[in-house]
Formats: sequence, C-alpha cells, structure tokens
Amino acid sequence: MDSMTIIAVASIVIAGITTGFGTMGPALAEGRAVATALTSLAQQPDASATITRTLFVGLAMIESTAIYCFVVSMILIFANPFWNHVIAQAAGK
Amino acid sequence: MRLSPDEIIFWQHGFLKLNATIVYTWGLMLALAVGSQLVTRRLSMDMERSRWQNFLEIVVTGIAKQIGEVGLRHPEKYLGFLGTLFLFVATASLATVIPGYEPPTGSLSTTAALALCVFVAVPFFGIEEQGIRGYLTSYVKPTFIMLPFNIISELSRTLALAVRLFGNMMSGAMIIAILLTITPFLFPIVMTALGLLTGMVQAYIFSILAAVYIAAATRTRKSRPEPAPEP
Repeated sequence: MDSMTIIAVASIVIAGITTGFGTMGPALAEGRAVATALTSLAQQPDASATITRTLFVGLAMIESTAIYCFVVSMILIFANPFWNHVIAQAAGK
Repeated sequence: MRLSPDEIIFWQHGFLKLNATIVYTWGLMLALAVGSQLVTRRLSMDMERSRWQNFLEIVVTGIAKQIGEVGLRHPEKYLGFLGTLFLFVATASLATVIPGYEPPTGSLSTTAALALCVFVAVPFFGIEEQGIRGYLTSYVKPTFIMLPFNIISELSRTLALAVRLFGNMMSGAMIIAILLTITPFLFPIVMTALGLLTGMVQAYIFSILAAVYIAAATRTRKSRPEPAPEP
C-alpha cells in the first residue's frame, strides 16, 4: 500500500468511527436528561416552563459534542487537508 | 458535494466575490427590514389592529418574556440584540421551504460572525452594568486560580456557539442532499419538515444561550441576599 491508499482508508474508516462512537455518548446522555425531565414534569407540572427551558439549553450543550464529532468526520471526508496535500503532490509530479 | 453555501459563487471580480451566503444574508436582511418597516408604518393603539401588527406584537413580547425569564432584569435593553439574533437565525432556517434557497447559517463564516457578536456583547453589557472594575473581578471570582479557566471558557463557548449552529444547519442540508440521491420522493420532505423544527430549536437555543451568558456577566453584587439584621 502506498501512502495515498493509507491516507484514503484511514480517513474513511476514522470518519465512520468518529461519528459512530461520538454520537453514542451524547445519545445516552440525552436519553437520561429527557427521562429525568419527564419525571420532574410529571411531578411538578407548574414548573414546566423552567424545566423545559433548562432542558433545551442542556440538550444543546450535550448535543454539541456529537456535532463536533460530526464536523470532524465531515472534514475528514470532504475537506481533508492530508488528502488535498497528496492530491497536490500527485498533480505536481 | 458542497460543505457550505460559500462554494456557490454568483459573481466574481478580482478578489470581490458574491457567494450564496452573502446574497441570501442580504435577502434575509432586506425581507426582515422592509417587512417590519411596512408593518410598523401604520400602528394603531386602539382595539382595531391589523393582523401583521398582532403578529409582530406576539413575537416581540414573546422574546421579551423569554429574556426576562432567563434572569435579565430589564429585557427591553437586550431586546434589540437578542431578538435580532433569534429572528435572523429563525428566518434563515424557516426560509428553507423556498426552493433553491440555502440557509446562510449553514456556512461557518456566518455562524462565526454571529458568535463573535455574542463574544463582544457579553463584556460590553457586563461593563455597562457593573463597570470595568466590577466586570474584571468577575473573572477571578471564586479564587484567583480560576482566572485562566474563566478565560478559556469565554473562548470555548464562542467556538461552541459557532460550530453548534453550523453543524446543525449543515447536517440538515447534507442529509436532505444524500436522501435525494437514495430515496428521491418522500423522505426528503419528511427530513425538510424535521429541519424546520431543528432550525427553530437552534434559533431558540442560540439566543437563550446568548441571554444566559449576558445574564452571567451582568449579575451585580446586589443579588446576594442581605445579611439579616441582628435582633
């Protein structure tokens, strides 16, 4: 395998693994957060406005970690600096 | 496949470039400004109101109420900034129902600019509320050791604001593009409807987070409970 193939394989595989594992944790965390929020909503319907707002802000915080992983894998696939370097070298030859 | 609407270029001359992000941002700005100008040209004070005036009043009072609930004491002062952020992000994602439109918030340049506005606005409002000295001492607030961490959190939350909005908008557009090649008819419509929902949620979250950051910076020392008088 030359370096071009290695870079291509590594980028594609790591992009998949990044999104796969990176969404696992946030998914568990968001499930826990929503479950707890539903429990407290059932116990205190009067505080629904506060609970919902805090829940949304918390979910956004949790979700941003998954978004980071997604952005990293998008960069690996569509805007990979190493791949562009290899392409530029191959074109220069 | 495109990663952002920056790559659609309508017109180019030297280093001047008109890409889709700029054009659609200008379009949104024009629609928002001209629309609210048209509505507020004839305002009525009595019971007879146009439906557009009712709509705008609902929007403005709703935003002011949400800002007040976050903990900012005078919502009217922050309404201009936070309301503009919310309205721009919300209309940017709602306009995706127009064919051929790409949300300008799907470009990292736009979201970075919005996040930088928040980055500048937080110290601005903080200094305005409690003075330069009071604002700067909030950085060393529980102890002096926390100074670098407070500065890092200031920077990292700006980055998080920008990347969160960009990632959500870009992923919505990209999922629709991928689904169009796999199952062309039904699923893209469902995902577009879901994209409208996430767009509204992201607009809400962006402005609420900005409000929370400003509320944290403007919290004056008076909010601490007064010590009870000795009997």
